[in-house]
Amino acid sequence: MIYPDSKIVLEVRGLCATVNGTEILKGLDLTVRRGEVHAIMGPNGSGKSTFSKILAGHSAYEVTGGSVMFEGQNLFDLAPEERARAGVFLAFQYPIEIPGVINSQFLRLTYNTVQTHRGKEELDPLEFDDYVREKMKLLEMSPDFLERSVNEGFSGGEKKRNEILQMAMLDPRLAILDETDSGLDIDALRIVANGVNQLANKDNAIVLVTHYQRLLNYIVPDYVHVMEAGRIIKTGGKELALELESRGYDWVGVEHKAVARAVA
Amino acid sequence: MSATGTINAGYLETLLAGQPQLPTSPLAWLNALRAEAVDRVGVLTVPTLRDEEWRFTDISLLTKMPFHPVRTTISLQAADIEHFYIEEAATRLVFVDGVYAPQLSSGIAGSGVTVVNLEAGFAAHAATIEPYLGRLTEFRDNVFAALNTAFLHDAALIVVPRDISVTVPVHLLFIATQKDVVSYPRCLLLAESGSAVTVIEDYVSLQEDAYFTNAVAEIALLDNARVNHIRVQREGAKAFHIANCAVSLARASNYQSVSVAFGARISRYNLNVQLAEEAECAVDGLALISGRQLADTHTCIDHAKPHAVSHQMHKCIVGGGAHAVFNGKIMVRQGAQRTDSRQSSRNLLLTNKAHVDTKPQLEIFADDVKCTHGATIGQLDSEEVFYLQSRGLSDTAARNMLTYAFGAEIIERIPISSLKCQLEQTVLEQTATQL
Repeated sequence: MIYPDSKIVLEVRGLCATVNGTEILKGLDLTVRRGEVHAIMGPNGSGKSTFSKILAGHSAYEVTGGSVMFEGQNLFDLAPEERARAGVFLAFQYPIEIPGVINSQFLRLTYNTVQTHRGKEELDPLEFDDYVREKMKLLEMSPDFLERSVNEGFSGGEKKRNEILQMAMLDPRLAILDETDSGLDIDALRIVANGVNQLANKDNAIVLVTHYQRLLNYIVPDYVHVMEAGRIIKTGGKELALELESRGYDWVGVEHKAVARAVA
Repeated sequence: MSATGTINAGYLETLLAGQPQLPTSPLAWLNALRAEAVDRVGVLTVPTLRDEEWRFTDISLLTKMPFHPVRTTISLQAADIEHFYIEEAATRLVFVDGVYAPQLSSGIAGSGVTVVNLEAGFAAHAATIEPYLGRLTEFRDNVFAALNTAFLHDAALIVVPRDISVTVPVHLLFIATQKDVVSYPRCLLLAESGSAVTVIEDYVSLQEDAYFTNAVAEIALLDNARVNHIRVQREGAKAFHIANCAVSLARASNYQSVSVAFGARISRYNLNVQLAEEAECAVDGLALISGRQLADTHTCIDHAKPHAVSHQMHKCIVGGGAHAVFNGKIMVRQGAQRTDSRQSSRNLLLTNKAHVDTKPQLEIFADDVKCTHGATIGQLDSEEVFYLQSRGLSDTAARNMLTYAFGAEIIERIPISSLKCQLEQTVLEQTATQL
């Protein structure tokens, strides 16, 4: 939801980045304030996922230009774990399986690590168990998930629910959801979206990275951005997503080029 | 084995010093067995890198060490060794430098299940054990098994009678206490038809100087028997540990083994498993080593008869400049149709000086079989590390967790929860100090 005079959470200016020498981001601008839900849409290869991973601090990408401020702090001064502790959360498109690590242990370790760095109390195993079970209800997850290895043998939908569960535990200021809708059937999509909606509040911000409009029926964005060739080339309200759904992405590019020519 | 060098011969002679002083057994066949073993030691030599079975494992250091058989036994109090006890295992045999320590042991004698030092089992079981003791292990062409057999005296004997299930695990605790001593731990487990038992074979040390453990275990499962065998090698940092284990599975029996190797400067474990019809085995292993350690596991799973199943997962976590070796032979003999065999060797190198040699070796002489094998060697996956970092864990904590998880997958298979927790803690500590 858009709140007047809300503080800026994320300010991206002219961001350029390469992977293995190939330029992927070519001057990306984006401003996200507290309380807002942004959707970044665009065709495959437009740089959406790269952008999410750069925000989380993936080392495979090299930032070659521009700036990213997070809550008034230079994001690039922070290691990935410091970003997480400061309140950046990335829900992975492909969550990693960790055989041998029990989900409950993993969740408690990450939760307590982040809590400690935020100057808050850790929870002991019993307290944590109550806490996590409460959060799991939000995502209609069976407590069985706690006893299984992290993501191992989870279905696509279960993995995504486990991601949002982690988001619920870590209480981020900025949550980036990378293709969270991919691989979900309609029931799982509804559950995941429900969870995200309940976690959204006036103090945090959510960036949805998605190829399809379908997720946006459930999580209604305040802004929709269209990304192409490493930049945001159009921004609109939630109705833009519907237009993209019916007309595809091509017209946005054509329009953008026409505007660019007119300016020139 | 090759016949090289006279240095070897002299060395073996010193190892045999003291053998003639062994008390004569009342069993003629046992005396004959020992005498034959002494003869074999005279013929065999210490293997070198030129021997195919030893080409990755240089034990020349061993021959430079002045080891001698135990001369005086150290008397230990329970308080000295209590920390090695395993909560669930009330039945325990303790051997100090290879010598049976009755005051520290709590075996089972009398009718029913037998868990005793070998001598105490003769009266009731001499005839029962004769076909197995010294027969399952091929000591005739294995110098270390021959040396052990030459010194065959104190030994753990477990006999589980027909259709009896032993619910409490049996703990065989072998403690090294003396510098420069070679000890010859020995076990014989006989699980009669339809019986079931869990045995923990545990090698520990109370000192950090060099010593040599040369162990032999023989395990026979008769029809439908079930054996859980957990082997823990946590010897001192300068120890040499060479062990041979032979397991024979009769029809429809089931053998589950997990062996972990954490200790010793140089260790070698040979495990030979022979399967009859419809027998099943799961043979899993974990070596977690660092510094200049060398841990070598050679296994041979022999599908001698049809319809048997074998599953094997062996993992190595290698840090520092350590060296791990795995040689996993699967033999499917002619006529062993419908064999189902699965083997996997997975190896994690924590540094660029760490080294692993892994060699799956399938020899299949039957045509209607399902055999799979695979080997991987790698470092921690950077995507996995990033995932954990993105959840707030430091790079070090993330790497520790992944390394731990890699090892825990094997530890998890140990069916005794206090031992499992203890070993998981060891993995956690070892990985934490290495990264």
